[in-house]
Amino acid sequence: MTTQAIEPRMELEQHLHMYRQMAKIRAFEEQVNELYKGAKMPGLAHLYIGEEAVAVGVCEALRRDDFITSTHRGHGHCLAKGASVNRMFAELLGKEAGYCRGKGGSMHIADQDTGNLGANAIVGGSAGIATGAALSAKMRGSSQVAVCFFGDGALGQGLLYETMNMAALWKLPVVYVCENNLYGEYTPCGETIAGEILARARAFGIQAESVDGQDVQAVHATMRKLVERARRGEGPAFLECKTYRYYGHHVGDVNREYRTKEEEREWMTEHDPLQTLAQRLTAQKLADRSVFERIHTDVKAEVESGVQYALAAPYPEANEVDQDVYA
Amino acid sequence: MAVMTYREALNQALREEMRRDPRVFVIGEEVGLYDGAYKVTQGLLKEFGAKRVVDTPICESGFTGVGIGAAMLGLRPVVEMMTFNFSLMAMDQIVNTAAKLHYMSGGQFSVPLVIRGPGGPAAQLAAQHSQSMETYYYHVPGLKVVRPTTPMDAKGLLKSAIRDDNPVIFIESETLYHLKGEVPDDPDFLIPLGQAIVRREGTDVTVVAYMGMMYRALEAAEELAKEGISVELVDPRTLRPMDTETIIGSVRKTHRVVVVEAGAGFAGMGSEIAAFITEQAFDDLDAPVERVTGANAPMPYARNLEKLKTPTTEKILAAVRRVCNANGS
Repeated sequence: MTTQAIEPRMELEQHLHMYRQMAKIRAFEEQVNELYKGAKMPGLAHLYIGEEAVAVGVCEALRRDDFITSTHRGHGHCLAKGASVNRMFAELLGKEAGYCRGKGGSMHIADQDTGNLGANAIVGGSAGIATGAALSAKMRGSSQVAVCFFGDGALGQGLLYETMNMAALWKLPVVYVCENNLYGEYTPCGETIAGEILARARAFGIQAESVDGQDVQAVHATMRKLVERARRGEGPAFLECKTYRYYGHHVGDVNREYRTKEEEREWMTEHDPLQTLAQRLTAQKLADRSVFERIHTDVKAEVESGVQYALAAPYPEANEVDQDVYA
Repeated sequence: MAVMTYREALNQALREEMRRDPRVFVIGEEVGLYDGAYKVTQGLLKEFGAKRVVDTPICESGFTGVGIGAAMLGLRPVVEMMTFNFSLMAMDQIVNTAAKLHYMSGGQFSVPLVIRGPGGPAAQLAAQHSQSMETYYYHVPGLKVVRPTTPMDAKGLLKSAIRDDNPVIFIESETLYHLKGEVPDDPDFLIPLGQAIVRREGTDVTVVAYMGMMYRALEAAEELAKEGISVELVDPRTLRPMDTETIIGSVRKTHRVVVVEAGAGFAGMGSEIAAFITEQAFDDLDAPVERVTGANAPMPYARNLEKLKTPTTEKILAAVRRVCNANGS
């Protein structure tokens, strides 16, 4: 089934849903920034703002029982796969009501119910889990697909290539999604990535594509194709999404002297994923400004209520410290 | 009871568990077509097929990671390390992911995974093939660590490890694969993880040892019996969780302890055992705990140097005589 085959109305609903998901992630992350700056959130926070179209376009192409693995910059992936704002905030604040009972934090959110196998704070560290999940799906004869999110920084890690090699050899239903936001931590990717990114995947015989990661419709359409292909047993795929993180590597990275303010401004004004979709739907007269305003009002309310819920929630009991060390 | 080699006992354990539970599968280098580098997986490909006996490229980190993902999602992989030294390539996956996932996810995911293969010193395999890798892993909360000394233990403990819901590091030995012993035929024969065994009862001194060191300690105990020294031999079998109760019980009886381990002594198994004996049974000791360990050096290749690096029967004899001559009472 292609996008064209879907009825226009359903398609519009899906696009508005994707807009809502992106708006929710942005509102969530803006709130994380405030919490962090206000010293209400501990640890580290790596914001996803600017990259929303990647998580949303990818996860909208998945079923609820499909799997994802996430990264240190993972809040967007979790929300896009269906995580609740309340339990996300509770985890970020280290509260018992959080997804990991407050024991994982920002960089380790997992949600079994939505197939989120967990964020991994080791760059490229979840490639094994995602590939193993795909092996499990294949062995069990289920039609599930696994998606491995990672950044351009992970392209330097050996584990990624070890697992891509096996995925290709065994035709596993896994899609490797590279969020290329141009900087691995504080270093422009040109200084760390030799050769061509897609050629690396193609060397294993893996279907590889590149897409504008700021265009949620493009991400979604390409991802659908790769997911359906994997689901049919035609093997793994690699998708590079060209994107940009509006903030620094983490919240404390405020000066960002490794890139120019002009570059940041250009991405924010010319390539913003929310604006891009809103402008397109408006130009096509499928929606007007009020529709988007209402979405922003809704998600802001949801996020605000989530923060209040998390702030009021209790910390884990003392006996939790050595609970769940062993199953 | 049948008499079989340690290798055959492991093979039988794998076979029985694969027959019992379709979720169990074997994955690693050379495990299928070649029947295993040390033939532990011999015949499994023939019986269970390529879907359940998965040959991999040489990529310890990659196939361990794949095992972890499969374990999280309904399967029970047994990952083979051709030798445990190579597991260092997979250390991040084992320590950062397998060991922590259950805790980090607030109990949502479990990793019922066995990582098995030979480890410890063998015969002139030199520095990168002779490490006692258990010392790297028993420090990590979330992992269980097993070192089976006899064919019976090899079978009973491997079966328990496969049925356990946690990641289990299961380290065998090249030097023991040919060793023969009695092994129960019962397909439900299990030895629980975390249970030590007293291999020889004695009254004068407790010697704690496992794997090849246990056989040297046995040799020493027989020699010492001729001198009128009665040695009690305790084999922990599982290093984490450790059966401290059995060891402490023996110390309360003999009041003297020697711990033997093949690996380097600094921050080794002996350090931990000496520490908990001091904490729990200080007043029962008539002499300081002695450690006989590998020298604090990488394993040399030359035969004479290798012997100097390794705890020998002579070194065990000397240590036991020292603690028995010490008079703390």
